[in-house]
Amino acid sequence: MAARPVADSLLAYNPRDSYLWAFVVGVANTLRVAVIGIVLATILGTLIGISRLSANWLLSRFAAVYVELLRDIPLLLQLLFWYVLMQALPAARAAWRPIEGVFLSNRGLILPAVPIESPQLWVLAIAVLGVAVFYLIQRWLVAQQMRDGKPRPAWPFALGLIVMLPVLVSWLLGVSWTIEWPELRGFNFIGGLTLSPEYFALLIALVTYTSAFIAEIVRSGVQSVPRGQWDAANALGLRRSFMLRQIILPQALRVIVPPMTSQYLNLTKNSSLAVAIGYQDVVSVANTTLNQTGQAIEAIALIMAVFLTISLGISFFMNWYNARIALVER
Amino acid sequence: MTAITDMPEVPRAARRPQIGNPVLHWLRTNLFSSIPNGIISIVLLAILVKGVVGFGQWGIANAVWLTPANDSSACRAVRGLGACWAIIPEKYRFILFGTYPFDEQWRPALSVVLFIALFYLSSRRAFWRRELALLWIGLLALISVLMWGGVLGLSFISQDRWGGLPVTLILATFGLAFGFPLGILVALGRRSKLPAIRSLSVLYVELIRGVPLVNLLFMASVMFPLFMPAGFNIDKLLRAQIAIILFAGAYLAEVIRGGLQAVPRGQYEAADALGLSYWRKHRLIILPQAIRHVIPPLVNTFIAFFKDTSLVLIIGIFDLLTTAKTAIIDPGWQQFSVEVYIFVAAIYFVFCFAMSRYSRSLEATSGR
Repeated sequence: MAARPVADSLLAYNPRDSYLWAFVVGVANTLRVAVIGIVLATILGTLIGISRLSANWLLSRFAAVYVELLRDIPLLLQLLFWYVLMQALPAARAAWRPIEGVFLSNRGLILPAVPIESPQLWVLAIAVLGVAVFYLIQRWLVAQQMRDGKPRPAWPFALGLIVMLPVLVSWLLGVSWTIEWPELRGFNFIGGLTLSPEYFALLIALVTYTSAFIAEIVRSGVQSVPRGQWDAANALGLRRSFMLRQIILPQALRVIVPPMTSQYLNLTKNSSLAVAIGYQDVVSVANTTLNQTGQAIEAIALIMAVFLTISLGISFFMNWYNARIALVER
Repeated sequence: MTAITDMPEVPRAARRPQIGNPVLHWLRTNLFSSIPNGIISIVLLAILVKGVVGFGQWGIANAVWLTPANDSSACRAVRGLGACWAIIPEKYRFILFGTYPFDEQWRPALSVVLFIALFYLSSRRAFWRRELALLWIGLLALISVLMWGGVLGLSFISQDRWGGLPVTLILATFGLAFGFPLGILVALGRRSKLPAIRSLSVLYVELIRGVPLVNLLFMASVMFPLFMPAGFNIDKLLRAQIAIILFAGAYLAEVIRGGLQAVPRGQYEAADALGLSYWRKHRLIILPQAIRHVIPPLVNTFIAFFKDTSLVLIIGIFDLLTTAKTAIIDPGWQQFSVEVYIFVAAIYFVFCFAMSRYSRSLEATSGR
């Protein structure tokens, strides 16, 4: 039995549970920071990469300074820096409230949340199903357009399947979507979603650091599309959004995806720095287990197995995606 | 390899003809070319002004620059309003050199200067010759003598007293000096015709690259002693150094393999036709070309490494980041960690920024 409680996690854990369960909780915590980190870093990195190419001088300078500053300082130092800032935040009673219902204090970030239980999960599952069906319909529509050249709008299907259908189902079944607002009671908050200072610092550090690398990848990807492609699209009189979506992006993605894969892997591996600030990811849990049991080889082999599995998973997914967008040569 | 600077620029909005004042013209084309652009510019300007004013007030106007030794009362008085830069003159000797004996600290200082000289000379094209390897061996030996002492009238200083910037530079440089030949061997191994050597190389590279460095460092500090004969104990710093060398070897091997693939087949065949042995072929013909191809990504790998040496904090080795973190444990100065982190970040930034500028200038001229 592990004597040390694992605070702040997706799955419940108490010190009387087994080491195996501690490991499972650790893996869940690693995945929680890695998956959300990858999504946020991709969005932020893409925005910054595009900003660097902006015609707006100030915006492109801002992006350049951001990239240069974050790339040249060790991630661990940035992480410690963010963590110190988190600890310097006011106490729960004097928490900052940037927006109504959001509290930022040395207890972490507290957000309003919608409690998700099985009825809500069913509705979400229907929405996911809607996305899958929409994807098939869109493929069919494109195939039709290939045959007779007439464009067919896909958005009514998207609206119907992804928005209207789940709304209708949740109305018919009477599923409630009440928002739970956090409240200050005594010295702590009740209700809402709490992101601990450790998790929040780790997430910010990983997202900002990785986004600087992703920005450079996106920039060089967009720049790798030959000028003639822009000129040709302009000459055809295509709208700018259509041109970016249908002509530039598909070509840029071929250059972007392979290095992006290694950034995703880096982010996942870097999440192990959590051990420095006491966030209970898989490496921290394994380290505690190792100290308590002395089973060094087993603990380290387990970490290796976990990371190799995650790495292989990301690699497989990205290779599949890469093959899908690859240039089809006759 | 195509240099990024050779790639075509993304077409921008057609240039407006210049009318009147050149300053206004520049503002109009670069900041206010359209309404959304104008809004972005104004928002960014507001952020910039607020940031500069805020930092100026905290970091310069309200800051405390010097206090009497061991007295942080002036700093505590301005806490939250101004920075306490006074912590840097108070603690810089410890942050830079750790617990190295105070009177002997000229030795690590001189080592740092030698390291910088070594990096500078290695970056000059005129020095890219075989003799460079001798220079590395000579200077690294000299630095070892300076740090350890025990000869030439220098007193002996054991490794557990070392700390700060020299340790960071030692971990990075020795990691490179030993990781590089290892990387070359593994890269050649991955392209070997012997299945045993090839699969061993692949296994090594994939295993090391698949796990975080933190895990390797744990392994070095916990597992390594288990495999050693009883009573045989090697130093913690050396164990971390070995982990970093193994880590470096795997990443450098992948970069070098890229370079080997870029050497045209004809070069291999020509070398074979001349009857050169495997080693002479690679030493004289293939490797010089392969390494030249991958110098910019090699420099980028070095930057990544230099930053990654900071992870030894987790196993308690006194590198630059660890000494900084230890310096602020002192109760009187505990609240001023942000200032110390900014100071250390500036040191890392100077090294990495210099390398990244250098890598960019190499990329720009690599076609020549």
